[in-house]
Amino acid sequence: MARINSPEELEQFRQTLLSQRDPNKPLISICAGAGCLASGANEVIAAFKAEIEKQGLKAEVDAKGTGCPGFCERGPLLVIYPEEICYLQVKPEDVPEIVSQTIKEKKIVERLLYVDPATGEKANRESDIPFYKNQERNLIGVNIKIDPKSIDDYLAIGGYSALSKALFQMSPEQVLGEVKKSNLRGRGGGGFPAGRKWEGSRNAPEPIKYVIVNADEGDPGAFMDRALLEGNPHSILEGLIIGAYAIGAQEGYIYVRQEYPLAVININLAIKQAEEYGFLGKNILGSNFNCKVLVHQGAGAFVCGESTALMTALEGRAGEPRPKYIRSNIVGLWGRPSVLNNVETWANVPLIINKGADWFTQYGTESSKGTKIFSLVGKITNTGLVEVPMGIPLKDIIYKIGGGIPGGKKFKAVQTGGPSGGCIPESLLNLEVGFDELTKAGSMMGSGGMIVMDEETCMVDVARYFLNFLTDESCGKCVPCREGIRQMLKILTNITQGKGREGDIELLEALSETAIEAALCALGKSAPNPFLSTLKYFREEYEAHIKEKRCPALSCKELIAYVIDPEKCQACMICQRKCPAQAIDGGKNRIHIVEQEKCTKCGTCFEVCPPRFGAVRKISGEPVPPPISEEARTIVRESKKK
Amino acid sequence: MNIERIDQIIDKHHGEPSSLIQVLLDIQAENHWLPKEALERIAERLQVPMTRIQHIATFYKAFSLVPKGKHEIHICMGTACHVRGASRVLDTVQDFTGIKPGETDLDLKFSLETVNCLGCCALGPVLEVDGKTHGKMTPTQTGDVLRKID
Repeated sequence: MARINSPEELEQFRQTLLSQRDPNKPLISICAGAGCLASGANEVIAAFKAEIEKQGLKAEVDAKGTGCPGFCERGPLLVIYPEEICYLQVKPEDVPEIVSQTIKEKKIVERLLYVDPATGEKANRESDIPFYKNQERNLIGVNIKIDPKSIDDYLAIGGYSALSKALFQMSPEQVLGEVKKSNLRGRGGGGFPAGRKWEGSRNAPEPIKYVIVNADEGDPGAFMDRALLEGNPHSILEGLIIGAYAIGAQEGYIYVRQEYPLAVININLAIKQAEEYGFLGKNILGSNFNCKVLVHQGAGAFVCGESTALMTALEGRAGEPRPKYIRSNIVGLWGRPSVLNNVETWANVPLIINKGADWFTQYGTESSKGTKIFSLVGKITNTGLVEVPMGIPLKDIIYKIGGGIPGGKKFKAVQTGGPSGGCIPESLLNLEVGFDELTKAGSMMGSGGMIVMDEETCMVDVARYFLNFLTDESCGKCVPCREGIRQMLKILTNITQGKGREGDIELLEALSETAIEAALCALGKSAPNPFLSTLKYFREEYEAHIKEKRCPALSCKELIAYVIDPEKCQACMICQRKCPAQAIDGGKNRIHIVEQEKCTKCGTCFEVCPPRFGAVRKISGEPVPPPISEEARTIVRESKKK
Repeated sequence: MNIERIDQIIDKHHGEPSSLIQVLLDIQAENHWLPKEALERIAERLQVPMTRIQHIATFYKAFSLVPKGKHEIHICMGTACHVRGASRVLDTVQDFTGIKPGETDLDLKFSLETVNCLGCCALGPVLEVDGKTHGKMTPTQTGDVLRKID
């Protein structure tokens, strides 16, 4: 491929590309994101390639693996163009039928369509599925249309036109002005206005500056940056180059965690292709602007998502944060001005340059503009990535898009903001999603993880879980974090194990206050949030654990017991056979009993007991009923009575 | 791991001290752990003190200073998997293998690690054995998966 040397050549090349592509030629786009791959997307892709070959259709139909469109719950999924037919939970066995029916005969395979559980109506197209219909997918919507390994696919949907516009129609000041006007706030956690960060670096006297992509997505239960980086790496790269132009940097870094191997491969490939096409390197598009981008793999440390720790890691050292008396946009990597933004923030930049700040600000609330991608996970019917305009009520995300709580269970809380965030209870479900709104409710936006919890989730255990995570990930540099969080974890663990004491809550509050005041970086300062927010909204659960040694959610292992109701047990022996600890005493026609001293509380009996009997139940805060007498245990079947 | 291969990896990263983490990652990926001789060679070639290498090799989770088992088991402890019962899966694996997270058994058959989010939350709780994902795990199914590994 020859270099592209001017905006005109770029447009010409794009036209050539488009003219070679017949929009009416059938195209099968199969999601190859992490979720779909785990449910077998690679086998489906291979099956399509083989079937197309077998039916001799190679010239008439294209099939490709693409980025993640978000509906992980129903993966592996695919979309067939030009009709945009969407099939869900596709298996390799379905492939011959799809090719012969839908591709050749133009008929729809009804059983692979989405069925609305409420109305029973089927949806042919992606855009008709309620999960998608209620979203605003400016960023993630194109994922299913492009092969992330093909720069031509990105160019065909208008890629690098924003870079061309920025370099040739706008001055760096104008680019900066547009981003400032858009009020784009950092998507990684803090929500700091990107434009102001850029401006600080631009105005710093030091001539050498850097731009950095923070792709160290460490929040457990969050994978939106991964989907963007794996699915559309060029959009991030384009944003980064525009940012470099705006602040006057000539070097960029992408810090991506090694736990995302596909993201590492795709972004490296994207850089190589961009260099070949002349979007990176010297004299980009003939503009005299130079920029090079390097990839640095993170080696697994949550704290490296913090800006100063990340920059230390980039320098080849252990990623520990430093005090921020001077912000890193003034003194950052190698002591030079460095603009660090999150993946999603950078991906927004080309859209803002192309469509303008006014287009961007039409979405959102007064203080939070644009759209935001959330990973909607946990006890929710439709797990997946959702992109919604800021300001949408939480309720709409959970019920309209997420489809509510599965299994007829009751909603309890939604946790946002990762380990630094908090839990939002049902009473606040009308809350509009935005940076300041979530902070006011005691949580935060964070990078966009949204974990839904139902009545079976214990909120004390949730706080313990996050503190455990943070204790593990604390870098150990400052005392309030290293020691304080550890003590908090100890107390919370005791509470969940029934060893809580009067005064524990107050002690936890005191430790929280110290960590918030005195920890060095955001990890430590925000570590008490999971505890404080659950205490604020679910204090009665803490008190039940401490005072009554009872777990209201029937979740904490040490506080519950499994018992078999003798009235309901039919001595079917399923639980007896499945129990991994041989803790069930029973036999044919003998009502079963859980031997408490052997029971490991794995819950297998509870799960395998046929729902029509429902004989196994969990109890907490009450004594285990004494076993019934041996005579009463024998079941005499009605049919045998005669 | 032989010295020539280590040198090749160092050369690939232009022998710069700032590439220390990247060099270690490459060696870890190929060899599955970091032998002492490799670290000594890196210290010499990159001109960084051994203390700094040790600091990095123990600070970051990706590195192991001991050999790994034949089968690597990863249990996702991400929040979504946690609320869906990941700790029960972990308990089952610990009972079965007799090792705790971060450990390798004496026969070098299993290494067990917990990870924070594999990004397939729709399938939670998730168990990964040698890179293959097993979703929607219960203690019973976990036992079935483990018994099939030889």
